[in-house]
Formats: sequence, C-alpha cells, structure tokens
Amino acid sequence: MAEIAFLLNGTPVRLREALPTRTLLDWLREERGLTGTKEGCNEGDCGACTVMVTDAEGVRALNACILFLPQLHGRAVRTVEGIAGPDGALHPVQQAMVDHHGSQCGFCTPGFVVSMAVGHLNGRRDHDDVLAGNLCRCTGYAPIIRAAEAAAEAPVPEWMEADRRALAKFLLAEISSGDRGQTAPGAFRPTTSDDLADWYVQNPTATLIAGATDVGLWVTKELRSLAPVAFLNGIADLKHIERRGEVVAIGAGVTIEALRVAMAGMHSDFAELLRRYASVQVRNAATIGGNIANGSPIGDAPPALIALGATLHLRRGDAMRSLPLEDFFLDYRKQDRQPGEFVAAVTIPDAAPALRCYKLSKRFDQDISAVCGCFNVTIADGVVTAARIAFGGMAGIPKRAAAVEAALVGKAWTLATVNAALPAFAQDFAPMTDMRASADYRARTAANMLLRYFHDLAGAPVRVLPVDAIEVQP
Amino acid sequence: MSVTKPLPHDAAALHVTGQARYIDDIPAPAGALHLAFGLSSVAHGEITGLDLSAVRAAPGVVMVLSAADFESMPDCSPSAADEPLLAVGTVHYVGQPVFLVVAESHLAARKAARLGKVSYRELPAILTVDEAMAAGSRFEGGPVIWARGDAAQAIAAAPQVVEGSFEIGGQEHFYLEGQAALVLPQEGGDMLVHSSTQHPTEIQHKVAHALHLPMSAVRVEVRRMGGGFGGKESQGNALAIACAWVARATGKPCKMRYDRDDDMVITGKRHDFRIGYRAGVDAEGRVLGIEFLQLARCGWSMDLSLPVCDRAMLHADNAYWLPNIRIESHRLKTNTTSATAYRGFGGPQGMIGIERVMDHIAHAVGHDALAVRRVNFYADCRLDAPGVSPPDPQSISARKKGGAGQSTPYHQPIEDFILNGMVARLEASSGYQARRAAIAEWNASSPVLKRGIALTPVKFGISFTLTHLNQAGALVHVYQDGSIAMNHGGTEMGQGLFRKVAQVAAAAFGVDASVVKITATDTAKVPNTSATAASSGSDLNGMAVKAACDTIRARLAAFLAERHQVSPAEVFFEEGRVFVGGADYSFTEVAAMAYQNRVSLSATGFYKTPKIVWDRVKGAGRPFYYFAYGAAVTEVVIDTLTGENRILRTDILHDAGASLNPALDRGQVEGGYVQGAGWLTTEELVWDGKGRLRTHAPSTYKIPACSDRPRVFTVDLWDGRNVEETIYRSKAVGEPPFMLGISAFFALSDAVAACGDGSVYSALDAPATAERVLAAVRRVQGDV
Repeated sequence: MAEIAFLLNGTPVRLREALPTRTLLDWLREERGLTGTKEGCNEGDCGACTVMVTDAEGVRALNACILFLPQLHGRAVRTVEGIAGPDGALHPVQQAMVDHHGSQCGFCTPGFVVSMAVGHLNGRRDHDDVLAGNLCRCTGYAPIIRAAEAAAEAPVPEWMEADRRALAKFLLAEISSGDRGQTAPGAFRPTTSDDLADWYVQNPTATLIAGATDVGLWVTKELRSLAPVAFLNGIADLKHIERRGEVVAIGAGVTIEALRVAMAGMHSDFAELLRRYASVQVRNAATIGGNIANGSPIGDAPPALIALGATLHLRRGDAMRSLPLEDFFLDYRKQDRQPGEFVAAVTIPDAAPALRCYKLSKRFDQDISAVCGCFNVTIADGVVTAARIAFGGMAGIPKRAAAVEAALVGKAWTLATVNAALPAFAQDFAPMTDMRASADYRARTAANMLLRYFHDLAGAPVRVLPVDAIEVQP
Repeated sequence: MSVTKPLPHDAAALHVTGQARYIDDIPAPAGALHLAFGLSSVAHGEITGLDLSAVRAAPGVVMVLSAADFESMPDCSPSAADEPLLAVGTVHYVGQPVFLVVAESHLAARKAARLGKVSYRELPAILTVDEAMAAGSRFEGGPVIWARGDAAQAIAAAPQVVEGSFEIGGQEHFYLEGQAALVLPQEGGDMLVHSSTQHPTEIQHKVAHALHLPMSAVRVEVRRMGGGFGGKESQGNALAIACAWVARATGKPCKMRYDRDDDMVITGKRHDFRIGYRAGVDAEGRVLGIEFLQLARCGWSMDLSLPVCDRAMLHADNAYWLPNIRIESHRLKTNTTSATAYRGFGGPQGMIGIERVMDHIAHAVGHDALAVRRVNFYADCRLDAPGVSPPDPQSISARKKGGAGQSTPYHQPIEDFILNGMVARLEASSGYQARRAAIAEWNASSPVLKRGIALTPVKFGISFTLTHLNQAGALVHVYQDGSIAMNHGGTEMGQGLFRKVAQVAAAAFGVDASVVKITATDTAKVPNTSATAASSGSDLNGMAVKAACDTIRARLAAFLAERHQVSPAEVFFEEGRVFVGGADYSFTEVAAMAYQNRVSLSATGFYKTPKIVWDRVKGAGRPFYYFAYGAAVTEVVIDTLTGENRILRTDILHDAGASLNPALDRGQVEGGYVQGAGWLTTEELVWDGKGRLRTHAPSTYKIPACSDRPRVFTVDLWDGRNVEETIYRSKAVGEPPFMLGISAFFALSDAVAACGDGSVYSALDAPATAERVLAAVRRVQGDV
C-alpha cells in the first residue's frame, strides 16, 4: 500500500493511515495545529480555507475544506503559516494588507492572503477574479483590492519559489515514478486511464473523485462515508486538450480553469461562462469530466457544449463509445452511463463565431445559475440555416430548445422571426420554482435571452458586466 | 497625539500571518468533548416520540441529552426567558435544538446528531406576517403606536396622497467565524468560558443562571470575534450554556461550534418587515402628514425584537421633518427562527421606509427625488458654538411657518443636523446633477440597458434605547517598567475598537500607541458590561478608559508636582516624556519612581452617557445622545430583459465627528455600505411553505463578492466635530454607514423608472434581486 506523500510548507509529509476522505482542512487544524487556515463554510464557497498547491501544472489556490488528503499526493501545499519568509518577514501582500487596512475581523484574511500570494506569484492583475472565491463580510473589499494593487509591483519573494524547486527533487526522491495503487483501504489512485478503466470495471459502484468540488460536499455536508473511491487527479493522459483538425478534444481531467484559458482565444463567450462557472479555487479543482458526469441540471458547461455540438466519449474497460452530449442526459440526475463506464473526453468544433452564453444568477461570481442559456445560430444570407440552443436550469437536465430551434430554422433572421419563436419556449420548457428563481422568471428570461441574442449579434450593448462607470462622467 | 492617527488594526499583523486566534483555534486540552445539536425538522409541533438509540450507539458518542435529562431546562433568552436550551414538549421552528450530542470529535458529534428519530404531531404553523396578523400572533399584546400631530387629518387635507406597501427582506449576518464556545471547568465548580460573543456579561449571566452559580463563579473571556454584526449579541448563549452544562456533568472541557448550515438555520437574522405607508403631500412633495404600518416578523421568541422594532419606529423620520405622523408597529410572533440584532438594529428598516416614501413622492409629483428629499430635510443647526447648537432660525422660518423648533416624531430636539450642508457638498463632489443629465441621455439611446442614480441621506441615533445600558467600565494598569495594560468592557469583532481605545489610552499618557497592551475582554477584569452594540463601543469604552487613565495620570502628576514644587497642571505628558518644572523624564522612569514611592498605578474608569431620557411607552424623550450623519450617491445599471444589475459608482460623505482613527472609520464606511447594498440586492432569504430556510449556505445565500463592490468608490469623512462631549468629539461609526447602502436600492428604482413612461411607480421590493428588478421593469412598462 502506497503512502500519501506531499510537501507541507516545505517539509515532506508521509501519511499511511489517513482516511481517504479526510479533508486537508480538518487535518491541518486538528492534527497539525495549523489553525491559520479557517473553516468558514466547509463547502468551498467562502475561501477562508484557501491554500496554495504546487504541482507540475503550476501554482494554484485551492479550498482545503473540500480537498481530500490523497489528492495532495506528489504535490506541495503552502498554508498561510508558510506565506511569510522563514525569518518572519511579511510577504508583500501581507504587508500591503496591513498598510491598506485590508483586514477587520481577520477571519477571512488568511484565505485572502493565500489567494493574493498565488495571484502575485502567477503575475495576475485581474484581482477581482483572483479573489472572487474569497468572501469578506467586513471591509467591502475596497481596501483588499488597494492592497493587491499596491503589492502587484513587488518582486516575488525568493521563498515563494521554493516549492517549485523542492517539488522536483521531492518527486524524484520520495515518489517512485510508477507509483500507483491504493493509498488507503478502499481508495485507488490511478495514474493512467487504462488503470482506471480496469479498476472501475472491477469496482463499478465506486465513487470517482476528480476535483471533489461536489463530492467534497457529500462528505462535509451530507456526512456520507464513501468507499470505494478512486482519485483521478493523478491521471495525466486525461488532462490533454488537443486540436485535431477542426475539432478540439478535451480530456475529462482538464480543469475548468485550464479549459477557460484554452477557450479564451477560441470561444470567448464560453471562456467567460467558464470564468463565471465558479471561483478560481473551484475552477482549479473542478474538471470538465466531473462537471458532465455529475449530471447537474444546471452545470454551466454542458449547455454551452451542447450549443457547440459537442460529442461525448465514454469508456468502459477497453470499449469506447461516442454520443452527442445532449443524448447523455436522460433525466434528472440520470445519465446514459453504464456501470464501470466513465467520461473520457468531449470534443467540440474549433470555431463557432455566433456562440453566445448567458448566465443568470443572484450574484455574478461564484454562484450557481438560475438560468444558463447558450445560443449558436448559423445564418447564411440572412436566413437561419442551423440553430443549437441549449439551457441549464430550465429542466431536470441540460436541454436543447428544440421547438425554438425549429421556429427559427429556415426563417429570415429578423426581430419578427425571433418574436414569433418566443412562444415555442413554452413547448420546450416547464421550469420549476426554487430558491434561485421562480418558474415564471425562468420562463420569461429564457425567452428574453433569445431577444438579447438578437440584439447582441447586432452589436448592441446587452450585458451589464462590461458597462463602465466612467462612460458617463461629465 | 495618538488619537486621530490612521493606525492599522491592532491585530493586523496577526491576521495576515494566520496567528490571530479565534475560539476554534485555541488548543483544546486533552480529552475535550465536542457538542452538536439535533434539530427540529418541523416548524411547529408537539414532540410525540424521541428515539435517540442510534445517536447513543454512534461512534465516539459520550452522552446524549434531551429535555428529559434536565430537572429545569436552562434558558438562553436575553429578554423573556422563552428560549429553552432544548425543546421541551413543543418545537417552534425548523432548526430548533431538540437534543444535544456530546462526542469525542466535532465530526462524530455532527454525524451522530443526524441519527436522532423525532416524531411530531404537527401543529398549525404561522410563517408569514399575514398569517400572524390574521391570528393576532404578536409580542406585547397589541401594536405599539406613537404619534405626533394629527396625521389622518393632515393627509385628508393634503393636495395629494401617496400610498403603498413595501416588502423588506431580512439578512443573514454571515460572520465568517460561526458561533463558537469553549468552556473549561475550573476548581470548585467555577467555569472559564471562551465565547465568540459581543456580550460577555450576558454569557456570564446566562451560564451562571443555568448552572445555579453566582456570576462571580463564571469568567468569560473574548479576545476577538471573526465578525459579529449583531449576530453575536445573544445568539452565542446556547453554545456557551450547553458547553458549561456538559463541562459540569463530565468535568471535561467542552467545545461547540456550529457548522455553517446549522448556524444559518438555528440562529436569528435581521427582521424582515412589511411597511405600509400613506402620506399627504403638497405640490413640492413636502410631507404634511404620514402614517406608517410596520409589520416585523420576529420569529418564535422575543429575543431583542422589542428594542429592534422600537428603533425602526425611531428611524421612521430619518432626516425629515414630519409634523404629523402616526407609526403603528406590530411585533409578530411566527414559527421561524427568532430574528435578532443586526447592524442598525431596526433602524435600517425604519429608514428605508421613509426613503421609499420620498422615492414614491418624487414619482407622484414629478420632481427629482433629491429635490423632494431636500424640501423635507430638517433645517441645519448652527454648530459654530461648540456644545451649543440651536437650529438656525432663519433656515427654519424659511421652510416652516412660525419658525418653531424642530424635533423628531418622538420629541427629541434636533440640535446637530448638518445634512443640508453635507448633501450640498456631496452633490457637488459627485457631480450628481451633471451625471443625472448624462444618464438620461444615455438611457434615451440604450434600449436594453438603463442606468439610474440616487442620493440618500442617513441620520442615525446614537445610544442604547434601553437607557441603563449606556454605561461602561475600564481597568488600566501601568507597570513599573512603564508598559500599560488596558482592559474595558467592549469586544473586538473587527471594527477596530481595541485600536481606537488604545489610542485614547496612549494619548492620556502621552506615549506611543504601541506601549499600550491590548488585552482580551474579561468579565473578571471589568464587570457588568453592556453588549458591544448600538455603535457604542468607542463612545462608551473610550470614555471609561480615558477616565481610568486620567485617574492614574493625576496621581502621577500630583506625585511629580509635589517633588518639583509646582502645580499638577504644570506636569505634561508628551511623546513618551513627562515634563515637570524644567526637568523631564521618560515615562518609564516616572512609572518606576511612582512605584518606588508607593503611588497606585492601577485604576478603574467608568462612564455613563449624559442627557438621555426615554419613555418607550409614550414614545417620547431623548433616547439618543446625538445623531451620526452621512449621505451616499450610487449609480447603477440594469438589464431590462433579465433584471440583472450592477453598482457602477458610489460617492460617500460620512460624519464620524472628529475621527479617532480615519483609516478604521473609512473601513467601517466602505464595509458598511457594501453590506447594506448586499442586504438590498443579492442577499435573499428564502423559506419554503413548511418554514424551512432554503438558503442556508453561501452556495445559495449570496453576500457581495469582490466584484460587486462599486468599481469607482469615493469615501470622504465630514470634517465636523461632535457637538456633544464624546471621546475627543468623535462619533460612533459602526452602524450608520450600513444605511448608506440604501442609495443603491433607490438608484435601481430610478433605473427602473427610466423603463416606462412615468405613469406607473416602480414599487420595487427588497432585496432587489434580478427577478424583482425585472418584475418592476414590467410593472412600469405596463406589462403585468
């Protein structure tokens, strides 16, 4: 049985007896006495538990409350206690937080400091996005952003580079390159998709854990005991994004953040939707495969992927099969997936200039959609030749608006056509009322999104996020 | 002098390095036990069966307690003895603690708590204000009514009547640190309680009561909270009492902290209100008479609802002279969590009621809302003579026939009003008029997106309305090495109280603020403290600390004066030195000399707020020592297809008197504004038809995130002094800025108004979620 080995604030740690679903947060606080990392919500929504994790893919901020210990194998973890220098010198973001009065009650502060330090290390200047996953109830954020801006120019302290250097040595010395297998009873950590395929056929009732951004809550909130489990984050061959002619293949293990970066120059609206999928911490953990396999009726990526005409690739043992993504979602939380079968990849076209993605939620960042509408209409000589329109939040599954599409195809792309198509929404969807929105609001805004799409393609400003206060300054 | 300096928070360096300790960070002694409640799943019901066998059998469980295990059930209420620690016979809301699990770990306790099987005979539940009104379910028998003049007659005689009804949602505190307590049993049955509380004395009192101990046997210590906002004024009682009870039963240290979801389900929130209004106005929009009907959903127990609802009534005038007014307040008892204190303590609800009326009047008379607000403002007072501030007679006679003295609806004379001047300055600095014109132009050419702008004022009364709470104590020691330890009854929840008060102490001795050691609030050092609430922290404790310091300083001065044969008035304490009769000493030398000469270097201090008298039955008197003022301009943009909306720019001018620490005060203003705007926009509490809170985690309850703050955010502090003799003439700053967020709400209303032809009022309800904004857009477009 292999152990879990990782670096904690520069020091190697080896765990043999860890429960596979023990969270990093609980372990840090209860077993290591490192209480700087805070529990604010225990579900990955507040960022008070943010830690810095370094591996071959880079340096990232993650939520320790929904990060299981086996996921850390072969990586380096730095907590707030490791952000100041070995001699106690404050990191530039720490000093700036003091100088700019960025802390009040101080409870969220360690999480902010770690997020800021990671952003600083990665040269990020989009502070609002870097900090979208850190909630502060006291300051109103303004002084925190002033601190982030003030620290941005300071060089990265030498000690912050240590993990990357140490990790290379550590990996060679401590972790055999062929490391695989169980990390604890009932837990499997494959390093190839072949290994996963073999094991999963043998253990078809197992829970597959990729980013744990949803499964984490099964443990921390539903208090479920999961066994057996497999941790997929060590499977390198599922993490590729490959262009094959006019098709892009996205491995199931690609994180939402990696996908966002890849989509920025290709499908910019999809990339922005992925930015609003969740906070940096969640995007850094969550994977596209997990997002699809989870089968959430909302899960923001599927509507966009369906609008793009994505094909899903599933694997069971050595058997692969492919199907249009919309056919995968059968009913609420029910997918066309056989026991022992897992999501391997999804493929999408590399161009869709008319794709637009609209997300409605109570808050812009780190929120779950009330309605997510994705539109991809092909217009030739003023006539709609094809339409792919898909919604999340409107049914028990991510679903195409087939009747609306039918009402558009073959018609001239005019406001009259759009208005005439609006009643078709009632054929496609009978949404529900919940804490995010009423059925009426969902139905109305879904239809209004088609109007928005029309104005949007015509070049009119239709979204509040890009509006700048400065435009109307006298 | 250390006061007025923008020094950082006293624990800033500890915060940023993760060293600042909160309750759950205190290393628990070996063998510590962990507690969790099993919660009611129905809103109202008789407990007909309780099967806890699976709970007892769960791994790590040490003890399970329910009502049957208590001879007399400890009470957790801060007011009415109506909150049993565990439900006795009947449950009154979803989330009420029914049984208590004691286990070897936090997780084991939580897991076991899910295993209880409780059966109920469900009783009819009163969930809404309508149901409560229909059932006559209220605290205090009938409604509380305060009136001045003859509102009904004035409305009847007015040229125009504006009336409506306004829903105002509640608010979850969402302190980042959840409720927590750690109790360490001491010898002889004494208890040491670490609690995340704004009210250590209340914890002490309730624990002592529960354990039948004298208060002297219970010591409560609070170094800091990870946020409070009123949510830790009474809501920590249950955890401390539970821990103390089990600590006595087992002899073991006991810790309890609520998981976030449990915290949101169990504990109280801001009261949601419905406010009905009817106002008679003239052609300028001047209010001639007004009636308010305030319906507050108080929840299942009394908690602090009575003073909260009183304060809502006390802020029904906000900044406006309302000659004829009648306010009827119903404190409705419902089968929901007991609403509690939250920053502003009812003031925000009362205030947004009259601001809604101003907005509605502006629509009705067709004037700019700022112009309508202005014609209704109290007249500014002349503040040129410190401490004397009669209203400016010219200003009053210009607007009110006869030049009668102005007073609030509860007959408190207005002696420090400055909002006309503040608003004029803010109007200019924010470019309000030019931007309003530019926005109208922009809207004319933007079919989908519309902008809006609003300027709203704040006048907030400072003092506890329960007069006896306006007192504070302090304990100051000077050690023989010249170091100073300071203690007082206030608690630190992030607001910077400890830093401010340390600045006061440092100023008294003429030393650097770093010389003053800040120590945890401790009921064994300063007894009988009031909650750190009502924005009173620095006003009360600053004065008490100053009194203690002045006592020691007078002893030092007398000692040195005698030695140098000068008058004590000729001894000066400045910049770490003490100057006397041509000689000067370091403060350290003076401390050592005083010790060697047997001068007492320790003193208590005490303060009570002067001038205040209040008869809450009549609704008359002077409940407030003074008022704090502020004004904000907010600009927003909305999407008329979805109701999505965003704050674009905010300009604030706020009155902190002669600020004790402008950096910390600015922090209160910025943070208060964003929290207030959150209350009125994205923060929506949703209960289902069974009384279950559906928004019990940050995944569903959305406080503002980083990108929700105004991208252009200008905050200035007004440069006036407090006319009253407060600590260095500063003003309280904890709650007032929260209500600056009201400007965001009325900017949204303004943007909605731009969507129609002006014939229909937007009647936007709060919180203005995208869904409510879209509904209002459709209303003004006649598409309902």
